[in-house]
Amino acid sequence: MLILHCPYCGVDADETDLHAGGQAHLKREGPGSSDEDFEDYLFLRANPKGVHFERWRHVYGCGKWFHAARCTATLQVFGTYPAQTLEPPQDIKDKIADARPGWSWGDKE
Amino acid sequence: MKRYSAFAIAREAMRQHTGWDRAWAKREPKMKYDVIIVGAGGHGLATAYYLGKNFGITNVAILEKGWLGGGNTGRNTTIIRSNYLQDPSAAIYEKARSLYETMSQDLNYNVMFSPRGVIMLAQTQHEIRGYQRTAQANALQGVKTEWIGPQRVKELCPIMNIDGPRYPVLGGLYQERGGTARHDAVAWGYARACSDMGMDVIQKCEVTGVRQENGKVVGVDTSKGPIDCDKLGMVVAGHASVLAQKAGFRLPIESVALQALVSEPIKPCMDVVVMANTVHGYMSQSDKGEMVIGGGTDGFNNYTQRGSFHHIEETVRALVETFPMISRLKMLRQWGGIVDVTGDRSPILSKTPVEGVFVNCGWGTGGFKAIPGSGWAMAELMAKGQSPLTDEFSMYRFREGKFIDESVAAGVAH
Repeated sequence: MLILHCPYCGVDADETDLHAGGQAHLKREGPGSSDEDFEDYLFLRANPKGVHFERWRHVYGCGKWFHAARCTATLQVFGTYPAQTLEPPQDIKDKIADARPGWSWGDKE
Repeated sequence: MKRYSAFAIAREAMRQHTGWDRAWAKREPKMKYDVIIVGAGGHGLATAYYLGKNFGITNVAILEKGWLGGGNTGRNTTIIRSNYLQDPSAAIYEKARSLYETMSQDLNYNVMFSPRGVIMLAQTQHEIRGYQRTAQANALQGVKTEWIGPQRVKELCPIMNIDGPRYPVLGGLYQERGGTARHDAVAWGYARACSDMGMDVIQKCEVTGVRQENGKVVGVDTSKGPIDCDKLGMVVAGHASVLAQKAGFRLPIESVALQALVSEPIKPCMDVVVMANTVHGYMSQSDKGEMVIGGGTDGFNNYTQRGSFHHIEETVRALVETFPMISRLKMLRQWGGIVDVTGDRSPILSKTPVEGVFVNCGWGTGGFKAIPGSGWAMAELMAKGQSPLTDEFSMYRFREGKFIDESVAAGVAH
């Protein structure tokens, strides 16, 4: 079972206490954006076989959304962090770069 | 190719079965093909087969990273039905179901199509209205389904408890000519027929890159070296996003794990397929006597072909209420496959931003039933550049808002 650390309430939560919310760090589009931008925001997903940044909600806990960095090919979890950010904290980025040589935040897509 | 027949069995029985040919030839890739299909699962092989049969295109290679039919073709619960709500879905799924009726004769390979009937249970008021609506839509589409009451459900499937405390059976959507087929045989039968037409089925050959010149595909790089082609068909299900990235475009797809399990074999007790979408469970009995059970998907992106065990528990727990007799059954095996899910739960059969590259993916949790129809339509799309069966399934429909919304209509399970 997948176990993720909730960065708000500090609990190591089982997958059954959580709800997966898909890709994180999407750029929200608004009035004036093109159809292509909206398609990107609403439907197109990175869906990588590898490191994935994703949203999770601690539904049977504090109820808050947080982010996780997780590998979809091995299920390894690199870390979780609060959702109020545009990119993951440096220590998680460093941890991924150590484990996956050649990886960098810029080419996450 | 020697034909399979009752006479052939008798002949081989007389000479210790020394005369059987290989079902399909083991070949190394040539330098160039007219068409390369990536993915030797059911959909890829069916595409190649109908390219040859309907359009005479036989200079074709089917490349497979693993082994033939080893992905979702060999991992599904083999259910065949076509009771979808939307017209484009009904057209392609009914095409597929009708091709299953004659597939064994067409391929000269016994795919054990068993039109034993499929019941989709209505266990909430919403489902009653939904399935009655689907039955009406199917009548207009020419797909034979009917709405049946709880007593008829009980007659068709006596082991069912229709008075469950949480989820009583309130009726069902019944498709008499739905059923099951032997999933491996579908892949093997198509592979044998493709090989017989001179196509090369090449296993353990991973595509590592898509070579392009001026926005047009010219070939692929593989673990067995570069191969040139005029047209490329990507039919790789759960890995569609990975392959699309190699070709330089993105797809509206997320890959998640879907699980199934089988029980120990028991005596025949159930001769229909039953789907209970409210509780995310579906069940049928295989010819070996195992109860074949499918469940829901995990919610998170996953490429591991393993799912979360709690989904198995949830599925079985829910089914026990409706099928009390399975409560003492031992479960023998459990497995997972990676399914490619789109936003509207309908597939993508489409041209792509790269000229000469076509994509067939997004069948999500319900691809097996569609294999022959998908191959038929994809072959027409690749050969002629257009097919009436694929017009609505473009990868650009999301940008245009032209969804084929089966996520609400068909429930979650497929």
